[in-house]
Amino acid sequence: MILTVDHVTKQFGGLTAVNDVSLEVEEGMILGLIGPNGAGKTTLFNCITGVFPPTSGDVVFRDERISGARAYTIARKGLARTHQIVRPLNDLTVRENVIVGACYGREGLGLKEGAKVTDEVLEFVGLAARTDELAGKLNVAQKKRLELARALAARPYMLLLDEVLAGLNTTEVTGMIETIRRVRDDGVTILMIEHIMHAVMNLSDRILVLDYGTMIADGTPDEIANDPKVIEAYLGDPDIIDEVTDIDGEAGEESA
Amino acid sequence: MIAFLKRTGGLWIPLVIIAAIAAYPLITGSDSNREAMFSILLAIALASSLNILLGYTGYVSFGHIVFFGVGGYAGLYAVTVLGWNIWMALALGAVVAGLLAFLLGSAILRLRGGYFALATIGVNEAMRALTGNISALGGPIGMDVNFSYYKPFGGPGGMLQFVFWMVVALTTLVVIISFVVKKSKFGLGLLAIREDEDAAEDMGVIAPRAKTWAYVLSALIPGALGVLFFFKNGHIEPGDAFRLSLSIEMIVWVMLGGIGTVLGPVVGAGLYQETRKLLLTNAYLKNIQLAVAGALLLAIVLFVPAGIVGWLRSRNARLRKVLE
Repeated sequence: MILTVDHVTKQFGGLTAVNDVSLEVEEGMILGLIGPNGAGKTTLFNCITGVFPPTSGDVVFRDERISGARAYTIARKGLARTHQIVRPLNDLTVRENVIVGACYGREGLGLKEGAKVTDEVLEFVGLAARTDELAGKLNVAQKKRLELARALAARPYMLLLDEVLAGLNTTEVTGMIETIRRVRDDGVTILMIEHIMHAVMNLSDRILVLDYGTMIADGTPDEIANDPKVIEAYLGDPDIIDEVTDIDGEAGEESA
Repeated sequence: MIAFLKRTGGLWIPLVIIAAIAAYPLITGSDSNREAMFSILLAIALASSLNILLGYTGYVSFGHIVFFGVGGYAGLYAVTVLGWNIWMALALGAVVAGLLAFLLGSAILRLRGGYFALATIGVNEAMRALTGNISALGGPIGMDVNFSYYKPFGGPGGMLQFVFWMVVALTTLVVIISFVVKKSKFGLGLLAIREDEDAAEDMGVIAPRAKTWAYVLSALIPGALGVLFFFKNGHIEPGDAFRLSLSIEMIVWVMLGGIGTVLGPVVGAGLYQETRKLLLTNAYLKNIQLAVAGALLLAIVLFVPAGIVGWLRSRNARLRKVLE
């Protein structure tokens, strides 16, 4: 197991955002994490990446306990993330943004090697034409790609993707799905939060479902799609039920 | 050679400006010109130091003059009480200022935005009160440098020469440091912290450590400058050493020239000091020169937050390559 989350709970005052969640991620797989808004998905990410420590429970990454460690320590161990709300370093160029990822990531490269990795990564995510632009001037889709590029430049063992597809149009979603698949093929394990159902269903080897901070289902995409508890959790939104129960249906309509 | 020039392109303009300022009194052979240029160079060196923290790291230090004052006190104590020579006193001033920044950094750099700025003012005022109460440092009366201490330089005239050229050297040094830092991996980490500290930490930048070193680096040269200034001045007292208005002027110098650029503090400090001279020699305006600084800061923040050099850089891609 590359990542083990062991009975993690996170409370903010009286609110339990993540309630006794356990999960295991095998090396090389894509694990999808879904659930209605406010289910605690991003909070779980933040507990894993050290934005804040869990109230109780352990997180083990590559046989090493990382719960309670600071975000930069965890990043340097090879666990990279993207942010749901993009956080570009606005006044730096696209290239400089990615060099930060390369130079302070797992390999801790010098500026020169970092620049080399950066050029490769920018080519890979399709931002090569924008290298010298200020990051703040990019559009949403490009900023999402920049988030991914920064994380990849760190040469991580594992990547946590927080809604990299949200806000993208159908063509951009298709392109991003292709990119994510290629990242996995390069040997990077992926844990992804995603609301676009056909994408999660297509990409994931396994899917976990969170609802009100609790894990309510864990299984293959097929099992999840037919799980009555999952359908119930999503009942408030009939469109999504259609998506969950009709994986092979029209792709990409809900992304608008 | 060409590759070297290309890589260091943005460094040459500020260095040429400093060289020109240093050469001006030599060419004119005028002592009063030397004193005028002394105050400009001092401002440039202080502004460039502050810029490492303010411009690169994005932390507003309102009380940065505390390092100048602490350095001055340490240096004068070393010279007059301990009997050290000026070189050792200079080193001591820098080290004491750096040490203070290191200790402070661990404590108050955890604060962000306005809270950090307020804390730095508090530190400056606390140091003023503290030195005023330490009798070994002369209490509220301060310490004097006897004329006999100028003998190794061949009297006061030689001392003035020596101090001037030391300030030229330190100003050159601080501009080179700020260029090298900006082009380094360490500097890139600082810029990342300035843009978004949490995102920087998520990418592996060890923000607490980087911020502390930036703070130390921005304190070292002001510490040494404090030694020179008060040694030349012949007297130090709490009110002179920890003058908060000078702290604010430092911020104006950086903002006017261009925050986060190597050339900006050089241009800003130079222009401001020249303007100030005009104001001070004008019968009507001499009493409002600080008000002008305040109004200037307001105007910059409102209309050209990037400062002169930043504005020029944003106008033109070719200028961006030459102006660093």
